[in-house]
Parts: sequence; C-alpha cells; structure tokens
Amino acid sequence: MAAEDGGRVGNAGRSSRVRPYAMTRGRTGHGPILSVETLVTTLDCEPGGPDGSNAPEPAADAADGDMPEVRAIVALCRGVRSVAEVSALLDLPLGVVRVLIGDLAAQGRISVYQTAGDAGGPDRALLERLLGGLRKL
Amino acid sequence: MDYGSSDRGLHVPPLAVPPARRDDGAPPITSTKIVVSGGFGVGKTTLVTSVSEIEPLTTESVMTVMSEATDRLDGLPDKVTTTVAMDFGRVTLADDLVLYLFGTPGQGRFQFMWDDLVRGAVGAVVLVDTRRVEECFPAIDYFERSGLPFVVAINTFDGAPIYQDADLRDALSLRPQTPLIACDARDRRSAADALASVVMHALQVATG
Repeated sequence: MAAEDGGRVGNAGRSSRVRPYAMTRGRTGHGPILSVETLVTTLDCEPGGPDGSNAPEPAADAADGDMPEVRAIVALCRGVRSVAEVSALLDLPLGVVRVLIGDLAAQGRISVYQTAGDAGGPDRALLERLLGGLRKL
Repeated sequence: MDYGSSDRGLHVPPLAVPPARRDDGAPPITSTKIVVSGGFGVGKTTLVTSVSEIEPLTTESVMTVMSEATDRLDGLPDKVTTTVAMDFGRVTLADDLVLYLFGTPGQGRFQFMWDDLVRGAVGAVVLVDTRRVEECFPAIDYFERSGLPFVVAINTFDGAPIYQDADLRDALSLRPQTPLIACDARDRRSAADALASVVMHALQVATG
C-alpha cells in the first residue's frame, strides 16, 4: 500500500468538509512550530521502515487503532514532506494536518525539522546560499 | 475516497534526504519559503510553475468568517464556513536546502491568512499587471505594514503597455527602498531572477 510517490495509502470514506475537525476533536492548537514549509518525516520505529519499501497492513501494531487520516500521514511521510505537501496530497485542510502531525510528533512517531524561519527569520548565511542556488537554476 | 495523489494524477516525489537522525539531533535539511503575491490573474501560479520542480499543489484551509450581507432580524452577522485555496511549488537548491514558493490566497478579506503565511518567510514578490495596476495595491500595503522584505515585479505580458520606472513607482506609490524589476513569469530564468531579487533585498534589509 504506501508508496514513495504518495500513492494510494488507505480508504477513509470521507464524505464532507466538516468532518476533519471532528478528527481533531475540535482542537486547533499544536506543540512544535508547524509552518506550511516545515518538513516532517516518519521515524523509523514505525512499521515499514523509513524507505517505504516494506509498508505493512495497517493492522500491524503501532498503526492499529489509528484513524485512516493518521495512517495516511504516517505512510506519506516515509519520504520527507512539508506540512503543505501533506495537506495537498492527502486533500486534508491545513489546520487538520497541523493538529494530526503535532500529535504524531508528541507521540514520537514523526520528526519535525527546523525551518529557516524558526529562529526569527532566515539568517545571512542561509540567504547567501539561497541566492547562489537561485542564480544557478 | 482514496488518500494520496493517485486519484488526482499527481506524482510528487518526496524530498531525497535521509530521515532525521535522532542521535545527534542535527537537522540534515532546512526549508524556507518566498511568498508570491499580487492581484487575481496576475501570474502568481505561472511564476510558481516556472520555477517549481513539482507540478504546483493546492492546499486548502477551512475558515469560519462573518458573511458580508445579513438579513437576520437580530442584526448579528451570520458565520459561514469557507475554503481558501493556496497554490505552492518546491525547488530543491541543494541537498540540504529546499525553497517553497507560496501564492497568497484570496483577496481583501482573507488577508488575515497571510499573517500565518509570511511568518518566517525570506520575503515576497508582488507581481503587477500594468493593465490593472490597482489590483496589487492591497498586497503592497500589506507587505509595507508587515515589514517583510518585498520586491515589485512588473509581469511583462505580451501586449501590456510599457512604462518608465519613475512613472510606475509614482503610480504604485513605492517607497524608494523597494526594488522595482521586470519579470516574465512564464520564463524560468526570469522567474528565478525575480526570486533572487527578493533574496538580495532581504540581505540588504538584514544588513541595514
């Protein structure tokens, strides 16, 4: 099931735009800073390993009892993904994805990378690397 | 409904980096973003598409807003749920450096969403169509207020009138320190140069 390219990862039978906030039990807050560009990746303690080559059936162990949306996030993030990519590829609202990823991070199942903006904005060294990269495109 | 990209024909590979190393805690990859703004139909998504290594994606936020018109007898505004879409792209500049490009969603009444978007951003590019100059005013006003470094880029559409820089600066009421450039959003080199201008301006602002 879970594929590196973010292919089919589950079937949730989601039927409306309202229900996603029921998944978060109405919560909108989160722990780590989760900007749209924040990168996240499933930690390799999750079944299937980090490379997505051996993804198990969802009933395996840690994933047992997860909502389909959570299983989908765990599967998709076997590759490194941004929060916005998770939202777009799974067709889930940004706010819902933030809460679910925040939960997974709190449970130690997903790793959250720092962004250049976390420490009050991109620093000079990063800006110079960006400039060099853009000029070489 | 299936989760994943297959049902929409999108093939978006994950970033080619190793998973986080929990032993030393050093993040092996850094992400950052530049915001692409301007009026409706001015070429925001075109610019993102020109530079992005992936087909641009759309992320949606569900918002509860006050409806503009109301006929309630108690005079209280109705709350309505609305979905605001935001297009974005991605460009990997080095093994450990990824730049995301986000188009600002909606106009006017959805500007409160921009606060979340611009937080931590390198800067912004405001695209201008010289046939509809006034449509970029809300974006320019917003970035002037927010303090985010931004450049104004005249999107050189075929057949659009060409003006002198001084006249454009005057028409846009640009501050002297705000860079004004020309850009063909359809052209990868030109679009990348516009983004480089944003970074250069951010460096200048940081230097003070």
